[in-house]
Amino acid sequence: MNTKLATILLLASASGLAACSKKAPDDLPPDPIQTTPTPTPTSRPVTPTGAAVGTQAHFAQAVGSSTTIYFETDRYNVDTQDAAALQAQAQYFARYPQITFTIEGHADERGTREYNIALGEKRANAAKAYLVSLGVDANRIAVVSYGKERPVALASNEAAWAQNRRAASVIIN
Amino acid sequence: MKAAAMKAIVSLLLATASHPAFAQDLSAPLPEDSPVETVESAAGERDIVITDEAAWSDIGIAIPAFATDRERATPANADGTGALGREIARVITANLRNNGLFKPVGPDSLPQPAFSAVRAPAYGAWSGQGAEMLVQGYVTARDDGRLVVGCYLYDVALQQQLVKEGWVVAAADWRRAAHKCSDLIFSRLTGESPFFDSRIAYIAETGPKDRRVKRLAVMDSDGANHRFLTLGSATALTPRYSPDYSKILYLSYVDGNPRIYVYDIGSGKQTLVTENRNPTIAPRWSPDGKHILFSMAVAGNTDIYRIPATGGTALKLTDNPGIDVGGSYSPDGSKIVFESDRSGSQQCYVMDADGKNQKRISFFGGRCATPEWSPRGDQIAFTRIAGDFNVAVMNTGGGNMRVLTRGWQDEAPTWAPNGRIIQFFRTEKNSGRSGIWQVDLTGQNERRLPTPVDASDPAWGPIRR
Repeated sequence: MNTKLATILLLASASGLAACSKKAPDDLPPDPIQTTPTPTPTSRPVTPTGAAVGTQAHFAQAVGSSTTIYFETDRYNVDTQDAAALQAQAQYFARYPQITFTIEGHADERGTREYNIALGEKRANAAKAYLVSLGVDANRIAVVSYGKERPVALASNEAAWAQNRRAASVIIN
Repeated sequence: MKAAAMKAIVSLLLATASHPAFAQDLSAPLPEDSPVETVESAAGERDIVITDEAAWSDIGIAIPAFATDRERATPANADGTGALGREIARVITANLRNNGLFKPVGPDSLPQPAFSAVRAPAYGAWSGQGAEMLVQGYVTARDDGRLVVGCYLYDVALQQQLVKEGWVVAAADWRRAAHKCSDLIFSRLTGESPFFDSRIAYIAETGPKDRRVKRLAVMDSDGANHRFLTLGSATALTPRYSPDYSKILYLSYVDGNPRIYVYDIGSGKQTLVTENRNPTIAPRWSPDGKHILFSMAVAGNTDIYRIPATGGTALKLTDNPGIDVGGSYSPDGSKIVFESDRSGSQQCYVMDADGKNQKRISFFGGRCATPEWSPRGDQIAFTRIAGDFNVAVMNTGGGNMRVLTRGWQDEAPTWAPNGRIIQFFRTEKNSGRSGIWQVDLTGQNERRLPTPVDASDPAWGPIRR
């Protein structure tokens, strides 16, 4: 029913991804999504194929890198690029109302351990609040913070830290 | 008392029923501590209090093997009480050497006094070897299997006994006698409070940076008697020993969320600090062990709460849109130092124990995190973030800030029971490898503690009774 809107949102999230470089330094390594062959938004089928509905793979196929939003150092606010990604997520979750999911909040290694758990909690809850404002039922969203305990980028530099300051929406089966 | 115990059991049963995953990450419980009984009190007059560290840093202390009245078998040493006496002297030597203040000479390069000479040292012979101080002692095995350890400190030049004490310990606790003797010597020669007979809870870390396994572990102050308390299937963080060593507060992800558990060392069982759906982090004991501080996030915002250790209603101490987290009581229990980003960045604040009169104390540039009040009451140690992380101290009003370490990431200080030494963990850039280090209040004598694997979040317990 909403295929047209979904397409627009996918385009929006793709442009949001391109603009992400504003938040991260120029030497940011390619996003994981770019290392795998990705069809251009215009040629991508709106309905994901391959992965089963209700899996993280299906979600990632549908929204691309918009599964995760990124934050400035010590910040937890949802900025315009985050908003675009969360709109793509909201569209997906509106389409599959049976799916429940978890938002995992993370921090980079430059904060102390306990503070970072509290900060990851704020980030995950900020993402949740935004999704709820877009109409996703709060009861479908669990939140957990891992602080700095689960980095995805392992180096100790600005590029890695930018990738680790994140809130990732995850469908856990 | 009985009601409280019953309540604890009931809440444990309830908790176990509602969270079947509870026990899944726990190792076998530790054996119960048996008491150390003091059999002789110190006889020396404490008229010499040396306060200038430089003056006693070069004191030569001879520590020959402790003698035994007769060779007996003991579970403490496969080769009997004679060999045990040598081990005790080795432990004392390592203790006094490792804190950097003394230059002890241990039993492996010294003659061994006979049992009869323990109370009548051959001053002339020791003086000829250049010893200024002499530690002698004995170990005997009683018929009930317990050990009696005597410890004597002599001033060789003055030909005078300075202090003596003896302890009866279970065979398995022989190292505690060595630590008690180390404490006796340290206190007599420095005028400082003891710290060797104490334990450390920490997090043992293994594996690559993105799949780090973090287990709750404990050890003696010298790294001996190491035990893992959790198996590693769930991430464990930030332990704190109760003042009486009967329990450990720590954070575990065992149910998938960060939550504070009260682990009972004797039973090996644990309960949630509060039955709640919200994440709880940063546990701390009050000095008398009657209250627990924890931080709880509600709808994303973290504040500090206090709850009776026996359970009950949590009292909210901070109420602020910023992150308020951690907290460390002053030794008299009247005040709490904590961290908050209400000003825009992590800074240290002091409040009354009931949450009143919250006041920022850190104004020296950079950020102030993980503040810990000294057991002596006069200093606060914290993580100073100014690019790198360093361990620093300040007075309780925030003045006289001094940076003690220079690592890339030195985090989460914890005080020795006597407030003279600070442990912390140091993380390596890029690799994420971690280790526990210690440094004294002057910033000197920095050293890494031996741990079987990588280590973080040290929490030094009080002196043992």
